[in-house]
Amino acid sequence: MRLLNRSAGRLSRHRRGPLAGLAVVLLGLLMTGGLYTVFSPAQAGSAAASEEQIAQGRELFLVSCAFCHGQNGEGIRTQNGNQLGPSLVGVGAAAVDFQVGTGRMPMARPGAQVPRKPQTFNDDEIAALAAYVASLGPGPAIPDESDYSVDGLSDEERQQAITNGGQIFLTNCTACHNFEGSGGAMPRGGFAPQIRGVEPRYIYEALLTGPQNMPNFSNGNLSPDEKRDVIAYLASLEDMPNYGGFGLGGLGPVAEGLAAWVLGIGSLIGVAVWIAAHTTRSTKKKVEA
Amino acid sequence: MDTSKVAKSNATTAATTKGPNRAGAAATWADERLGLATAMKKNLRKVFPDHWSFMLGEIALWSFVVLLLTGVFLTLWFTPSMGEVQYNGSYDQLRGIHMSEAYASSLRISFDVRGGLLMRQMHHWAAMLFVASMMVHLLRVFFTGAFRKPRELNWVIGCLLLILGTLEGFTGYSLPDDLLSGTGIRAADGFVKATPVVGSYMSFFMFGGEFPGESIIPRLYTVHVLLIPGLLLALIAAHMLLLVYHKHTQWPGPGRTERNVVGYPMLPVYAAKAGGFFFIVFGVTALLGALLTINPVWKYGPYDPSKVTAGSQPDWYMGWPDGALRIMPGLESHFWGITISWNVMLPILVLPVVMFTILLLLPFLDAWITGDKRDHHLLERPRNAPTRTALMVALMTMYGLFWIAGGNDIIAIQLHASINQITYFLRVAVFVGPVIAFVVTRRWCISLQRKDNEMLLHGYETGVIMRSPEGGYSEKHLPLPATRAYAIASRDRDPVLEDHQHTQDANGVPAPSGGRLQALRHRVRTLWYADNVQKPSPAELEEGHHHAEHEHELQASVEGQAADGHQFDGHHLVEDEGLRHH
Amino acid sequence: MSESHDKGFDSGPGHELVNVPDEAVVNDLYPDPGLAEHQWRPTDVDPRAEKRAERQVATLFGLSAICTILLLVSYFVFDIGDDPDVVGGLGASNLFLGLSLAGALLFIGIGVIQWARKLMADHEIVEDRHPSASSAEDREATLAALSTGLEESGIGRRPLVRNSLLGAVGLLGLPAIVLLRDLGPTPNQVKNAQPYPGAGLENTIWEKGMRVVRDVVGTPIRPADLQLGDLVNAEPEGIFKSPEDGKPLEGLALQVNKSKGAVVVVRMEPDEITPGDGRENWSVDGIVCYSKICTHVGCPISLYERTTHHLLCPCHQSTFDLADSARVVFGPAARPLPQLPLMVDDEGYLVAQSGFTEPVGPSFWERG
Repeated sequence: MRLLNRSAGRLSRHRRGPLAGLAVVLLGLLMTGGLYTVFSPAQAGSAAASEEQIAQGRELFLVSCAFCHGQNGEGIRTQNGNQLGPSLVGVGAAAVDFQVGTGRMPMARPGAQVPRKPQTFNDDEIAALAAYVASLGPGPAIPDESDYSVDGLSDEERQQAITNGGQIFLTNCTACHNFEGSGGAMPRGGFAPQIRGVEPRYIYEALLTGPQNMPNFSNGNLSPDEKRDVIAYLASLEDMPNYGGFGLGGLGPVAEGLAAWVLGIGSLIGVAVWIAAHTTRSTKKKVEA
Repeated sequence: MDTSKVAKSNATTAATTKGPNRAGAAATWADERLGLATAMKKNLRKVFPDHWSFMLGEIALWSFVVLLLTGVFLTLWFTPSMGEVQYNGSYDQLRGIHMSEAYASSLRISFDVRGGLLMRQMHHWAAMLFVASMMVHLLRVFFTGAFRKPRELNWVIGCLLLILGTLEGFTGYSLPDDLLSGTGIRAADGFVKATPVVGSYMSFFMFGGEFPGESIIPRLYTVHVLLIPGLLLALIAAHMLLLVYHKHTQWPGPGRTERNVVGYPMLPVYAAKAGGFFFIVFGVTALLGALLTINPVWKYGPYDPSKVTAGSQPDWYMGWPDGALRIMPGLESHFWGITISWNVMLPILVLPVVMFTILLLLPFLDAWITGDKRDHHLLERPRNAPTRTALMVALMTMYGLFWIAGGNDIIAIQLHASINQITYFLRVAVFVGPVIAFVVTRRWCISLQRKDNEMLLHGYETGVIMRSPEGGYSEKHLPLPATRAYAIASRDRDPVLEDHQHTQDANGVPAPSGGRLQALRHRVRTLWYADNVQKPSPAELEEGHHHAEHEHELQASVEGQAADGHQFDGHHLVEDEGLRHH
Repeated sequence: MSESHDKGFDSGPGHELVNVPDEAVVNDLYPDPGLAEHQWRPTDVDPRAEKRAERQVATLFGLSAICTILLLVSYFVFDIGDDPDVVGGLGASNLFLGLSLAGALLFIGIGVIQWARKLMADHEIVEDRHPSASSAEDREATLAALSTGLEESGIGRRPLVRNSLLGAVGLLGLPAIVLLRDLGPTPNQVKNAQPYPGAGLENTIWEKGMRVVRDVVGTPIRPADLQLGDLVNAEPEGIFKSPEDGKPLEGLALQVNKSKGAVVVVRMEPDEITPGDGRENWSVDGIVCYSKICTHVGCPISLYERTTHHLLCPCHQSTFDLADSARVVFGPAARPLPQLPLMVDDEGYLVAQSGFTEPVGPSFWERG
């Protein structure tokens, strides 16, 4: 089942192309046929599990999500017109995988922004929820590792991807997420979270689905290769040694100023106190020679 | 003053006359040509008083030396040019990217010159410490009254050093031409353009055309390595010469008067302590440079006017005007085809000028209000000038709140707060906060004065609780040690303020009134000294001691016991000492 | 209060004392106990302590020398550049050069100070202060010399000479300012000369029919490429393909045009847009385009919130509502971001209907 899901994800970005529909059908047929020959008993099992999975996902959904998002994921508005939970029709499996996979959903309490927290559901349950929400309407599927991995590239291509990703990152991402991906403040208590150290899949999904207040960087906006490059650049930042020493949180001049005052001026005043302090005295008198 | 215990020489052994040696010969050679001996005669053994707070300015001096040393190293590789090149150095992530030569050479210094990154980081850390230590030094000088006559001009020089140091820092921040420094220059362009009438012309002259032009980096470079350092050197020299000429101030205490200076001689003790401190400042800078990344230009990428990063801040010393800029409401006037941007002009062009003018004038303001025209070489404890202390604390509070405003986005994410709420709060707080700080500090100082009087009159609290035969409890007070009592009592009494309306000269003729200004001064002076607590008069002191005697009578029951409390508080060792011996 | 307290305080005109406060003023309560008797340090009286301190100081200097040698070794041992050595995730060269340098310096510093504290004589000595002012005779002599000099120059008697000199020297200030004239062209000169496309404060490279292209890659955008909530950091096509010769702009022309031409394109539900007067047809299917350059002091802004349609500036937190003609909703900016009217060209790509209708970026005096 996972395999199927992944292949669907890889295709989703071509869905809008003129021949995409045809390609999907053909590829789907080819793959089903191919897989059938290789894994025929397992294939039959997972196809059945898919139905089952959607059903399991619906069960989970009704218990954990429906209160805000509605019985059928149609979204709920409060009486005064505020949105309790947005409609999930058409958000796709990628959005569910991101929101539930990073623990943001289910929400613990309403607030300016939902923070990341430990996962509530296990991987199977997330897959089930994703399958259920994906069944509500067509939307971006969960990306495949090959979408964001640079493993298949030659050294030169990889180098090119990183350099290119750096420029795209600095143009599209740093404004909110800071030059090191440390995150930044947004209006009214919102924040762009730290993206340093976030799993590539979630970064890809976030770009694709625009969680919460983040704008979309859909495939028509930032091509899948460009998304991959950004992820490659972020990974290269993480692999990079801290050339100049510890990073002070990658927050820029405010943290540096604090360090200069606390560590620099603090220690130097300490030294000044030591220099001017009186040394121990003896009760003895000096014997004048 | 009893000078019998004062050593005329500082040596532990008697100096013996030595025969002519090589050093002597060299000294003679130099003196025959330069006549140094006359100048050095007094200064080699010049006395400096010893106190940790007197060494804060030294941090600034030594970090300036570190800046000169590391800065010269950096100039050997830095290319101050905005010419476009394609990067081909060691840093993978930017290879092949087009950038200015300035940025490419900053990368080269960081990645392809051994020790280059260390020198760059040390230079930046030393710059932060330079401005910070100047400010700490300034606060020390103000709080202790060391700016008073005859040192007002040295205060002015110090303030100019602070301004120039800040500008020097800003020009340096802009040189590497990374995204952060470019954003800083871009904002500076916005500030310049907001100048009434000539703004856009000034901007075009500064940048050699439209922003960003091709001239700003080479121009800032000349300002950064030649113009401002030259001025700084000259002013530092003047600052030090005046320091030597006036001789250092000192804290009041036994043997320390307005007419002398007590401490250690320049050679050898101060030369060693100051020289050692230079190595320590240098070493701490190296330690910071080794361990803490500062301004990782490679991560910011080359400056591109269409890019920006979250957390775009200036270095800390420019943080307060930037904070003012952030919390300023968006006011702009449009009429007769012109635009006046109050939202930029007031916080960034007017406010710093006003603040620095106030700073420069503080000694003269203080002298005008107090009318004190005497020379002062003994320092005043901050509490003994409550209004002055409170004034500076109010200014510090305002500075601090602007500073917080300058980091409001970082504070918002670190404390999970809302930028908007922080901003609304600060818009009010920058006005209310200083007033609260002023009142609180002033009352705090006055109550400390009161506590000093308590100690002089009734002694200090020993922490020993006595029970009287009647069952009442009281804490035992003991007189202060003589040296401490002397130090606490060594303070001026505030002048008696005569009623301005009835000022008369010695012959009873009403003195010619100085007009409205005099009246204002009189009112301000009255407020300046209002509520201050004076030290006890000799008569009050006498009475206080009588009272203490009386207390001792009441406690006669414990007479004869060794315990008088001193053994518990460590003030001095008491053995076989009865209570009544005091 | 005794009379002496008022000494030196200027309580009326013509009443001043140029001197330090009296000792009686400073302390009228206690007699000066005088300097405390000197107490010797263990190193002064105990030869063993003295030796120990001596060895301690020498050891510190020795440690410094070792650190210096380590510094030299680190310089050659640790590689930088393409394949830098790394220790514990930190750049080894910087770390070891820095630590050994710090050691070399700190040990000398601590050693010298320890030497001063423990071994150098530490008798406090007393020096008398002298008034900062010159003596009365000196002052008189100087004044006399000054007036003699002035007298002999005749500057007071010959106002013609004096005034003409003052005028001439004063006039010399002008060249100092005038010579700086060529620091740069005036805004009008740039606008008229058009040394590069889009020159002048009031202009940008945008013109009717110029495509909106993605930043970095320079590809044009079709409305269908964008989904609801999409944000594109875009540029005028002219910087990738100059309107003059079709080549990419470079150097100054590129930087200036990026600094004025950068835009953000966002897509929202068409009915969420409150179009300004005369801006009813400036959007395409809910796609709107605004200048990216903040009207406050000119930072590029692209911190976009898709649900509120607010755009935040990271420099000073001005916030603009992109659904409502980029009205300022918060912060120090005073004017909305200029909007670029959009339409679709024959090939279906987003293009500008015209250039910006007002100057982009921060305010300036003659902006109007």
